[in-house]
Amino acid sequence: MWNDLLMGSPVYLSAALAIIIILVDAFSGKNKSLTFYFALISLIAVGILSAYTMNMHGQPVPEGGFSNGMIAYGGISAVFDILFVIAGILTLFASQSYMRAQNVERKEFYSLILFAVCGMSTIAHANNMLILFVGIEIMSITFYIMAGFFRERFTSVEAALKYFLLGAFATGFLIYGMALIYGATGGLLDFEAIGAKMLTGNVDFLYLRIGFALLIVGLSFKVAAFPFHQWAPDVYQGAPTMATGFMSTAGKAAALAALILVTKAMLPSNFDPALISDKIIEMTDFTTDAKWLIAIISALTMLVGNISAVVQKNVKRMLAYSSVAHAGYLLMGIVSNSINGWSGIVFYSMAYMFMQIGAFVVVGIIEKNDGRMDLKDYTGLSKTNPMLAAIMGIFMFSLAGIPPFGGFPGKYMLFIAAIESGFTWLTIVAVISTIISIYFYIGLIVYMYFKDSETPMTEKFGFSKATLTLVISTIFVILLGIFPTYLIDLVKGLF
Amino acid sequence: MQAIPIEYYLVLSGIIFSIGTIGVITRRNAIIIFMSIELMLNSVNLTFVGFAANFGDSSGQVFVFFVMSVAAAEAAIGLAIVIALFRIKQTVNVDEINILKW
Amino acid sequence: MILGTLAIGSAIVTIASRHPVRSAMALVLHFFMLSGLYLTLNAQFIAAIQILVYAGAIMVLVIFVIMLLNLSNEEKLKLKLSSRYVLGWVFGSALAFLLMTLYITHSSFSQFNQETAAAVGTVNNLGNELFTNYIVPIELIGVLLTVTIVGALVLAKKKLEN
Repeated sequence: MWNDLLMGSPVYLSAALAIIIILVDAFSGKNKSLTFYFALISLIAVGILSAYTMNMHGQPVPEGGFSNGMIAYGGISAVFDILFVIAGILTLFASQSYMRAQNVERKEFYSLILFAVCGMSTIAHANNMLILFVGIEIMSITFYIMAGFFRERFTSVEAALKYFLLGAFATGFLIYGMALIYGATGGLLDFEAIGAKMLTGNVDFLYLRIGFALLIVGLSFKVAAFPFHQWAPDVYQGAPTMATGFMSTAGKAAALAALILVTKAMLPSNFDPALISDKIIEMTDFTTDAKWLIAIISALTMLVGNISAVVQKNVKRMLAYSSVAHAGYLLMGIVSNSINGWSGIVFYSMAYMFMQIGAFVVVGIIEKNDGRMDLKDYTGLSKTNPMLAAIMGIFMFSLAGIPPFGGFPGKYMLFIAAIESGFTWLTIVAVISTIISIYFYIGLIVYMYFKDSETPMTEKFGFSKATLTLVISTIFVILLGIFPTYLIDLVKGLF
Repeated sequence: MQAIPIEYYLVLSGIIFSIGTIGVITRRNAIIIFMSIELMLNSVNLTFVGFAANFGDSSGQVFVFFVMSVAAAEAAIGLAIVIALFRIKQTVNVDEINILKW
Repeated sequence: MILGTLAIGSAIVTIASRHPVRSAMALVLHFFMLSGLYLTLNAQFIAAIQILVYAGAIMVLVIFVIMLLNLSNEEKLKLKLSSRYVLGWVFGSALAFLLMTLYITHSSFSQFNQETAAAVGTVNNLGNELFTNYIVPIELIGVLLTVTIVGALVLAKKKLEN
């Protein structure tokens, strides 16, 4: 009982603290920093608990625990928890000064961050389609609210509406897929049970195929992958910049965690040779087809994302398209369907989180409150704010995947994993689209360092809590680039 | 009472799901799009209940219960967003909401 | 059979009607039809909840918003044959056709057992399941509803501080 409670604690604790923070908010009156610090402490507490439970995976799930085997423990779920918590803390620091600069400091944002962390860790801990569905919904609904948080601004509300309508549409596909899988397997919702039953071959593969395809379509919406990527640029551009940074990193990582859980259970790579029969042939067919489906989604996502990003004039929109492209890279890990691929996903989403949130913080600082986000607004940044320009440069190099920074080892791992699993063509597509992407990442650096404009930027940006986010992100982007093995080994040991 | 084969329910839910999809793609009124999404969710519920009855298993019906709660939550949020939108610009037509490109 | 036909009919009216209130009413009818279908599947609790939650809560909210925003004459613009319109019908009919042919040609499920199904759908059984085996999701749904309250307040509260 207590073990059960402890090991699932990141989920329960973040839920409890998220609710308590509303009460703190209600009773703290005008004192805004109290809510802020409470949120910070809560996130740190959840992070510590996740770190504590990390090594507990592999322990038998206690029989008759109240979670009834629906919550997965420790291991990779805990690593994802830590990722979400770090993203939450970075966003928390940055959002305070960002909201002050925009003259809309409202404390609800802090509690929304905690709710989002709760939803995302629910996804990462899901061992059951029902929990997965509830977690995705908690996360999505929080994100709809975050997107529309500046409700006096038309762009923000527009982003929220688009996100909501398309998100709910995708939820329809997601649960229709779940319903068909439930039917195909004869009434199972539990991932492990589904995987085990598939290996016996005693399932209805036709329904399973349709169900799996619909499930992938629904989840690919949440990672902003190709057929459903259209919402991403609009929503990311219209939403408050800090919310965008949070949604496009932690949200993507959570959706990928869901994909890992689903594919890990449903596409088993090792078959029992004693079971060779017609059913097993169907099973291998299913696995191959499923991989091809995801591979095609992944390839198209990379190409579409990067090519659309090239023509963008607005930096925030450019970063949004680049985030679509990164969803494509990350899906390569799912395609490879191996421990190397999965740990590549974890590593890359960690590195991606630091660089993307960092880049959005810089965008948020420069945006101030007159919405300056075009490429030409960045001209001469290196002269007025050399530090800011240098940091942005590091993030851009890292996003492009240039060696000394965190983006490189992650991309490398994903490419290698795809080759290992026989998808060499996918890696070639990925390399080509990476080369395309260098064009626009370097383009921004050119604007910052080598271009002159009639209206150079004059003001300097002072120190605030957002600087802390920038410093942390920069340090980690460099650390992950120089010493990637520590995290990689840690993650590989946890699958 | 003569039992109806489970396939009938599946076909019916497939049709309703498709109708909902058509509604979402073709209609331009945010509230009607929202109602089409409700249609899709309902067809999913029907599938779940159909399968649950077929297998004599309660987890499908439990799932339906959760889908309904989520639908209620989505309704509240969606309509709040629509109201916020209407306050700024007096429309719910998604074609007129295009400061950001679609 | 009748219930099914009526359900499809009212669903079509929902998406085809120009007038939002008419759409909403058709949707309410659709929910009642579905509730009847649940009864034929021996899911009594779900059938009751269907009416209470969908017809009673969600649709009241929707109609309330339609009235509040006075949308009655909103959609007077002609439905022109735009590319999106064509795309929607093509995609939707393709999906329907695909699903139907698959379901009809591929039937592998046996007749269901009325007795076990009837035992599953009772309030007693479902209540037991929900509050023992499914306690964690129930709590999480509570969190979800809390988020919703916060969100609705954030998005639609009349006056903002600051």
